[in-house]
Amino acid sequence: MKIVVCVKQVPATTDAKIDPETKRIIREGTKAVLNPFDLYALEEAIRIRELVGGEVIALSMGPESAKNVLTEALSMGADRAFLLCGREFAGSDTWATSYALAKAIEIVGGVDLILCGKQAIDGDTAQVGPGIAAKLNIMQAANVMQVDEIENGTLTVRRMNERGYDVVRLQTPALITVVKDINVPRIPTLRRAREARRIEIPIWTYKDIGADPDKIGLAASPTRVVRTEPPAIRNTDTLTISGAPAEAAKLLVGEMLARGLL
Amino acid sequence: MKVNEYEKKEYRNIWTISEILGGEVLPVSFELLGIARELAAKRACEVWTVVLGSGLGGAAESLISYGADRVILVEDPRLGAFNDELECHILERLTAKYRPEIMLGAATNRGRALIPRLAGKIGAGLTADCTALAIDPETGELLQTRPAFGGNIMATIRSVEYRPQMATVRPKVMRAPVPDLNRTGEIIREETVPEDAAGIKEILRVVERKESSVNLSEAKIIVAGGRAMGGPAGFQLLEDFAKRIGGAVGASRAAVDNGWIGYPHQVGQTGATVQADVYIACGISGQIQHLIGMQSCKTIIAIDVDDTTPMMKLADIAVKGDLFEIIPSVINELDERVRA
Ligand SMILES: Cc1cc2nc3c(=O)[nH]c(=O)nc-3n(C[C@H](O)[C@H](O)[C@H](O)COP(=O)(O)OP(=O)(O)OC[C@H]3O[C@@H](n4cnc5c(N)ncnc54)[C@H](O)[C@@H]3O)c2cc1C
Ligand SMILES: Cc1cc2nc3c(=O)[nH]c(=O)nc-3n(C[C@H](O)[C@H](O)[C@H](O)COP(=O)(O)OP(=O)(O)OC[C@H]3O[C@@H](n4cnc5c(N)ncnc54)[C@H](O)[C@@H]3O)c2cc1C
Repeated sequence: MKIVVCVKQVPATTDAKIDPETKRIIREGTKAVLNPFDLYALEEAIRIRELVGGEVIALSMGPESAKNVLTEALSMGADRAFLLCGREFAGSDTWATSYALAKAIEIVGGVDLILCGKQAIDGDTAQVGPGIAAKLNIMQAANVMQVDEIENGTLTVRRMNERGYDVVRLQTPALITVVKDINVPRIPTLRRAREARRIEIPIWTYKDIGADPDKIGLAASPTRVVRTEPPAIRNTDTLTISGAPAEAAKLLVGEMLARGLL
Repeated sequence: MKVNEYEKKEYRNIWTISEILGGEVLPVSFELLGIARELAAKRACEVWTVVLGSGLGGAAESLISYGADRVILVEDPRLGAFNDELECHILERLTAKYRPEIMLGAATNRGRALIPRLAGKIGAGLTADCTALAIDPETGELLQTRPAFGGNIMATIRSVEYRPQMATVRPKVMRAPVPDLNRTGEIIREETVPEDAAGIKEILRVVERKESSVNLSEAKIIVAGGRAMGGPAGFQLLEDFAKRIGGAVGASRAAVDNGWIGYPHQVGQTGATVQADVYIACGISGQIQHLIGMQSCKTIIAIDVDDTTPMMKLADIAVKGDLFEIIPSVINELDERVRA
């Protein structure tokens, strides 16, 4: 099976600060890591390869520094990795990101299965996975918690819903996004980590993947972030109760009754 | 689709995508109608809703009573369970036929899979998990506000040159309107066509799980515990307290990650969003990811040893003290009042 795992480089903490002057997100000085949810996608891809044979290819779109997260993917056990990079891609929203990743997947060629994380911890939209499936016009299942069976060009998986889960069968090529219940990602061995650092990661520009320059980057993105600000915190007059527990309890219950809360 | 100023005028009305699960209209569908009505009043346009399902009974009438002017009903036995590809094909056809200016979906598991697929297909902008929506009455432009970076920032997003403007809205963020049984509306029946079924997945089974049935989103009173509960025994105390006042038990992620209580109890950005009348936070410091899930509760009560935490500051009533002393005293006090 030829499997592509899409991995994103994200800030290590989501403790985003906003510049009070420019109102933009301050990204400088924050460490970048592999999106935590993508570890589960990588682990699942590697397990599938171990089961049925084939190849795992890690794919990312991002700045040159995103090579680091691809090296991490290689050290977990991915066979090859590619980075989509170039200023033409900058500012892509989920629609343009999905388009670029789908183009790259077509260039890889003959891909049977694509895995994505449930969502990225910075953008948080969970839209890129289904977006890629739409562009490639292939079947999809989001929030997959277990892969049950792989055979004869089909993939049977359990995907979460609000009341439990559905068991669905997809024809390959297909795309799934995975939740963290699906597995426990392995820790790379030192030997593999050393090997991974020596694997070259080709950089693909929009030309290499045959992308239409009018469909990538900020200018081609249907959505535009026009403002960012810290979240509003509810504003209240707080009544503080303190003192001995029995006294405090009496005051609290009295107050709750007075306000019609009980 | 990317449109010019002239083409924009062909896109009219606000659509919501209603959601049915196990034969019932999910409450979030009514919440979507609530916000759609507010926007439609400003834009002077109609509210339409699309329902895809099988054996839909009185769904259309109830959606009309909650504010839909027109209901597009598509019934097909294959729509009984969620099938991404099939539903996407149908919605692609309907959008091309009727051209809504705005389309709102629910940020549920289904909506977060279906709506981005649809946006990808029709080339529209989609804003995820909106918590506020505003409209320009003249241009119909939608200003969409959503949390990102784990709730640490709020972003406002526009999709000026594309129609329809699409957004998903988290359940329990908007308020459902009061239904008006005298409201009238039109029901438009649309059929599936053979091409809709091209390349669709097979759904083998739908399995309900007992433990996921804790329904925090419908509870009127929630007693929630955090790291301070210290273990499952602490949650037993909360369980007793909750039972005493007719409430449900919620938890912070710190408590859930420690395995003291199941994930269905988690409140916050990566758990449930709740809108209870009373939320009693016991030993929860009030980090933004938790606040996002509960700050629209009507009355918030906090119990903490430290009165400088964000939760104690935003609470309506803040009780300073050790919860292992306060809670038993409160239960005791309630018992005494009943006796008196
Ligand atoms: C504050 C803010 C708000 C935003 N809101 C929106 C919005 O509402 N709508 C919108 O269309 N765009 C939005 N964007 C833009 C969006 O964040 C970017 O397009 C981003 O590149 C992808 O979206 P995401 O981070 O939400 O990824 P998700 O869709 O959450 O990612 C899901 C999975 O897709 C894969 N993936 C995602 N990005 C990449 C990548 N670059 N390389 C490889 N794999 C990847 C990974 O497997 C990942 O786990 C926003 C950006 C900001 C800064
Ligand atoms: C991407 C992301 C998503 C997240 N999603 C969620 C989410 O959905 N929900 C969520 O809850 N968190 C979420 N978190 C985690 C969140 O940031 C906090 O870590 C978490 O909410 C803290 O839980 P807490 O308040 O119980 O613990 P703490 O912050 O440790 O607070 C414990 C409080 O108990 C008080 N206390 C201690 N002992 C006692 C006592 N005996 N009596 C009274 N008070 C006492 C302390 O003073 C303190 O205020 C998320 C984080 C990230 C990064």
